[in-house]
Amino acid sequence: MTRHTDREYARELDLLRERVLLMGSKVEAMVGDAMQAFHERDTQLARATLRADHEVDQLELEIDERCLKLLARRQPVASDLRFITTSLKLVTDLERVGDLATNICERTLELSLEPPVAIDPRLPRMAQLAQEMLADALNSFVQSDAQRARAVVERDALVDAAYAETFPALTQRMVTEPDAAQRLLSVGRYLERVADHATNIAEMVVFMVEGKDVRHTFHAVRPMDS
Amino acid sequence: MNLEPAEPVVTAPTPKVKAPSAPGGAEEPSAPEVKLSAEDLRARFGTTQVLKGISMPIEARTVTAVIGPSGCGKSTFVRCLNRMHEVAPGAVVEGRVLLDGQDIYGAQVDPVLVRRHIGMVFQKPNPFPTLSIQDNVLAGLRLNGTRVPNPAEVVERRLRQVALWDEVKDGLDRSGTSLSGGQQQRLCIARSLALEPEVLLMDEPCSALDPIATARVEELIHELRADYTIVIVTHNMQQAARVADTTAFFYMGELVEYDQTDVIFTRPKQRKTEDYITGRFG
Repeated sequence: MTRHTDREYARELDLLRERVLLMGSKVEAMVGDAMQAFHERDTQLARATLRADHEVDQLELEIDERCLKLLARRQPVASDLRFITTSLKLVTDLERVGDLATNICERTLELSLEPPVAIDPRLPRMAQLAQEMLADALNSFVQSDAQRARAVVERDALVDAAYAETFPALTQRMVTEPDAAQRLLSVGRYLERVADHATNIAEMVVFMVEGKDVRHTFHAVRPMDS
Repeated sequence: MNLEPAEPVVTAPTPKVKAPSAPGGAEEPSAPEVKLSAEDLRARFGTTQVLKGISMPIEARTVTAVIGPSGCGKSTFVRCLNRMHEVAPGAVVEGRVLLDGQDIYGAQVDPVLVRRHIGMVFQKPNPFPTLSIQDNVLAGLRLNGTRVPNPAEVVERRLRQVALWDEVKDGLDRSGTSLSGGQQQRLCIARSLALEPEVLLMDEPCSALDPIATARVEELIHELRADYTIVIVTHNMQQAARVADTTAFFYMGELVEYDQTDVIFTRPKQRKTEDYITGRFG
């Protein structure tokens, strides 16, 4: 895209983009670390990941302020307006993903106090899918790639399906090992939510790139075939 | 509408007539009423082509903003809409401008009468300096030779219409130029409205005004939209975004994009529009 005539404005937009990317990469790392800590019962990594959430929270505040300043001082329009409003909303989803990573760490710390439990094999699969979706959503934001963003949205159903499969298996385990099963179920729910936030981000990216609001359109109930 | 010379009269504004509903009671969406329409409009000064074939329908009782960089032809365009371009030496207009379907450039059409139907407000407030506030309001009517049976009533009505009455009612005999810039501009709008135009052209009406005076004029534009078709030329894109229903982007004498204002300022279709409104031009 052509550069702004006002280079200071261009710098402000570039800086906003950099800060969103930094926040995105920190959140991605938090989810990766949280899942590693969960698998390896690594309480040190879990605690370090919990501490990292503070940085993500601070970045959310900083990005919000940058967006408000840009809106107030530059009165952005068209693609700039879509970029700034997308950033403003996107950080909320990123911050929540950070919170979900801390939730996984909290469950990991609780599980570490008990004997090792068998991890449902669908949970790592869910984690992989959710992390890939998050990475692709952020990459689609960086590259303004609406096609890639749409592909993320379509993959949310895979994570939902995996969670639906995990649920009955873990519910059964509630009888014999209620505390562990409850915590594993929670981790499954957190991962399912990470995928939901990745989907939200991807939908925002479609809007940012194409100006089309695709929220609530991908999961429309299809009419029954007659 | 008859644009051919006739005895000028002061008439009551035409009331809005609602289209009869379809049989069975269901309201059918009616096609938008086009008030003014440029058709392959070309304008030049001598050999310099300023407008290169603009075709643009303007819907009745809406506000249309015309934006674009300096020299893009936006002011020339609005000056063609009420036959003011041709007044300049060497100025030539080709193509058609239809007001309610009638070509204002038709052979039998009186340009003075056209300008009564299509009023204009300029960048710099231009009240007649030797005339009082009330005489400024009546100036257009008197210059047209219109008999005004009840001038005080016309003055009050038009000054109220532009929200100036309360500010000037105790000094109607004062000079029009004794008012502030914003008040002068509203006085000029009142003077245009006294002629009961159907279309109001505004060429940068707020560029000489402070933000409060600008807000008052914009508020007035919102109110006038109920009865008048307004075309506003502005360099201030936030103003276009605030007041206009539709926005046209002109570049080098051509109409690049013409769409709902919301669309132009959130997701324009043309790269040139995008670059201009986001400040990535040149």
